[in-house]
Amino acid sequence: MRRILLLLLLTLGVLATPVVRALTPEEATAIASGETDDRIAALNKATAQADPALAVLVQALLDDAVKVAGGKAYVTLDGKTVLAGTSTAATAPADAEDVVNNNRMRGALEAALGSLRLVSPQVETRRAALVELAKQQLEEAQLPLIDKAWGAETDATLKAQLERMRATILVSASDKGKRLAAAQSLLSSGESGVKSLLQERLAAGAEADPEVRAALQAALTAVEGRLACGERLGVLFTGVSLGSILLLAALGLAITYGLMGVINMAHGELMMIGAYATYVVQNLFRQYLPGAFDAYLLAAIPMSFLASALVGAALERSVIRWLYGRPLETLLATWGISLVLMQGVRSLFGAQNVAVENPAWLSGGVAVFSNLTLPYNRLAILVFAAAVLIGVALLIARTRLGLFVRGVTQNRRMAACMGVNTARVDTYAFSLGAGIAGLAGCALSQVGNVGPDLGQSYIVDSFMVVVLGGVGQLAGTVYAALGLGLINKFLEGYAGAVLAKIMVLVFIVIFIQKRPQGMFAMKGRSPEA
Amino acid sequence: MGAVLNSSSDFSLQPRRGLLLGLKGWTGVVAALITVAVLVPVLNLLVPAGSALHLGDYYVALVGKIMCYAICALAMDLIWGYTGILSLGHGLFFALGGYGMGMYLMRQIGTDGQYRSQLPDFMVFLNWKELPWTWTLSDSFIAQMLLVILVPGLLAFVFGYFAFRSRIKGVYFSIITQALTYAAMLLFFRNETGFGGNNGFTDFKRILSIPIAQPSTRMVLFVLTGLTLIGFFLMARAIVNSKYGRVLQAIRDAESRVMFTGYDPIAYKLSIWTLSAVMCAIAGALYVPQVGIINPGEMSPAASIEIAIWAAVGGRGTLIGPIVGAFFVNGAKSWFTQVFPEFWLYFLGALFIAVTLFLPNGIVGLVGKLTGRSKKDVKEVRA
Repeated sequence: MRRILLLLLLTLGVLATPVVRALTPEEATAIASGETDDRIAALNKATAQADPALAVLVQALLDDAVKVAGGKAYVTLDGKTVLAGTSTAATAPADAEDVVNNNRMRGALEAALGSLRLVSPQVETRRAALVELAKQQLEEAQLPLIDKAWGAETDATLKAQLERMRATILVSASDKGKRLAAAQSLLSSGESGVKSLLQERLAAGAEADPEVRAALQAALTAVEGRLACGERLGVLFTGVSLGSILLLAALGLAITYGLMGVINMAHGELMMIGAYATYVVQNLFRQYLPGAFDAYLLAAIPMSFLASALVGAALERSVIRWLYGRPLETLLATWGISLVLMQGVRSLFGAQNVAVENPAWLSGGVAVFSNLTLPYNRLAILVFAAAVLIGVALLIARTRLGLFVRGVTQNRRMAACMGVNTARVDTYAFSLGAGIAGLAGCALSQVGNVGPDLGQSYIVDSFMVVVLGGVGQLAGTVYAALGLGLINKFLEGYAGAVLAKIMVLVFIVIFIQKRPQGMFAMKGRSPEA
Repeated sequence: MGAVLNSSSDFSLQPRRGLLLGLKGWTGVVAALITVAVLVPVLNLLVPAGSALHLGDYYVALVGKIMCYAICALAMDLIWGYTGILSLGHGLFFALGGYGMGMYLMRQIGTDGQYRSQLPDFMVFLNWKELPWTWTLSDSFIAQMLLVILVPGLLAFVFGYFAFRSRIKGVYFSIITQALTYAAMLLFFRNETGFGGNNGFTDFKRILSIPIAQPSTRMVLFVLTGLTLIGFFLMARAIVNSKYGRVLQAIRDAESRVMFTGYDPIAYKLSIWTLSAVMCAIAGALYVPQVGIINPGEMSPAASIEIAIWAAVGGRGTLIGPIVGAFFVNGAKSWFTQVFPEFWLYFLGALFIAVTLFLPNGIVGLVGKLTGRSKKDVKEVRA
């Protein structure tokens, strides 16, 4: 296997410039039939020319989808049979024989496929091939292949990866100059694999030359620093990301609980409704507008707001409005509501979690360091949370509705005397809080499970955020959400997820002892004091 | 809340004179005593199984379980109905009591477990070689029963001390008790905590070396639970009718005024809070041998809120109400989950909304209204 690879790589190295030409049916047949040695030679000859069409044939051979009859090879792919090396449809004769590959042939085919992918015109294919290659134990024999791919590579990230691979191989080369150069080029790397490689080389006996050792040591320090930086940034990012989710979950509560004094235990279920609204919109798009599927999320955002806001309005009109000023009773009644809503969703959609897909533009992420990738969906939630926050802040501070809400909260009777329809303001404010819960649910559907229990897992956290931030304080909610997110993720690094969560809860309990009104207590003589 | 005196409250601070209960009340208690201590054992053990009067084991177990819940509801009424402090963490004390009893029962299994080991099965499964320190006393019944009372009592005392000293009240108190029980649940879900993780304790074999599944053992547990419930009811009655109890009610209605008249509300709140927690713990300890399982699910916020539901549905601030509520809700639950399992949550939710909206005094209040009894006995309570 290794010898074949070596042979293959040597051939590749000789023919450094790929000639773009199609695979001829004769060549295809030569690869598909005959003695193994001849087949491998033919394969290597074709591989050396870096022919993209060859990849199809090689893959088909690996999948046992090739037949040979009368000196012609037939490839069957996706139910269509073509003459190998062409795109003309053909029917294999009845006496066609399946091509049988022995293990040696299989190995050669796989190696060929790997190297073909490394020089494939598609960036994605090359990236995947690199990932595959990175999993293998790199040998000096693979150097020519990597050199060639490195020379032809146009994508900067991939080129850097290839360069690192070269250096990884070179670092154990017999020539001192090469080793030094390799250590130099590893200096700029930030991969954990490189770190362990350097440590291996620095371990007793592996590297004798003091000069190279010093260079390796310098490289190791640099790599470790970069890795630690990536790790710290990673904790920071996941913390802020969790914080933004908490913020979204708590913002609606900050209105219903903070401003209106309603302990809405059904808040989590309103989030669940928003998530299910997203699910429904997704399914509608899939069924009626499959072409615009990726845009479904944009339609789901207003729909989830509306769905939850409508449910919220109905709840306020039917139940909540009779309970103003009796916070503990709203707690109990809304708990009842949450049970009904949960069971309702179970009856409608089933007790199982439903699948909500990320649209294509939210899949993947930005690789900042080798050990830090920022997923697009988390970034989007960050932006979304900020947008919702700004929207709410403006709504409360700048609009007529916000003015009325604040007025009614502070002095209901006075507001009523001034001609404010307080009952209507209550309804609007509660539906606003519910609608924001719906938006939170829409966002959560992109990162977590959507099921009837979705709300239950966030309700305790949301209340913690609001209470910690200080009731009636948007700024407090923001600080509390981000702070809790960061503390949680920071502690997770030391104690694991569950203990971190417990520590955070205990921290909140202790914090509330010190500042019973939260971080930002309402100034003046509030009725709660 | 707090300084704002509820306009709707019509409590008289007049001391009640005379006996703990009226003639009717004592008749009720005696009837309950007879039912629990005589009728149920006779109907279950002595009446042959074919007879129409025979009480099945299922119902004995069910009623035994509900009586444990009723103790919790009673404890909740003392702290919520009479002192105005809504705890959303009583499930924690219940579960801690249950775990205390469960540890003893686990040790009583001896080498009869799956792995024939001295250690409980889950420890063998986790490849532990010796008992964790928390299990030091678990071989002794007396010591472990002391722990059943001391651990939740101490936790409640320490938590309450800091919470009441910081003047945390109302919704804030409810929410941090919820955080506490939630944190405890997460902790007990971990295998490393040493209490069986996810699965908790189950598969008990003996209690005090007597087979636990034996009908007479079950009956003894049942009667013991019933007597505990009646005992706690009489104790609670004595408490709320005493001067101490009237101060509690005054704290509920206007804490600041109580403070200004020279009382120290913290001591009152702390003592009733701790007592209430201990009652829950005892209920938990009685519950586990009858039900045969204890797991961290009992510490979920939902389980704690349900205790408040029983008290509210029955009628807060009435003592008898929460017991009625516990029986009504749990009876309905076992019926619904058998007949219409998918409708149970609709019913519970609707019941809860309806009670909060239309029956602020719960079932007992409704009965009082229907029978036209004076408002003196059925008091309007606002949280």
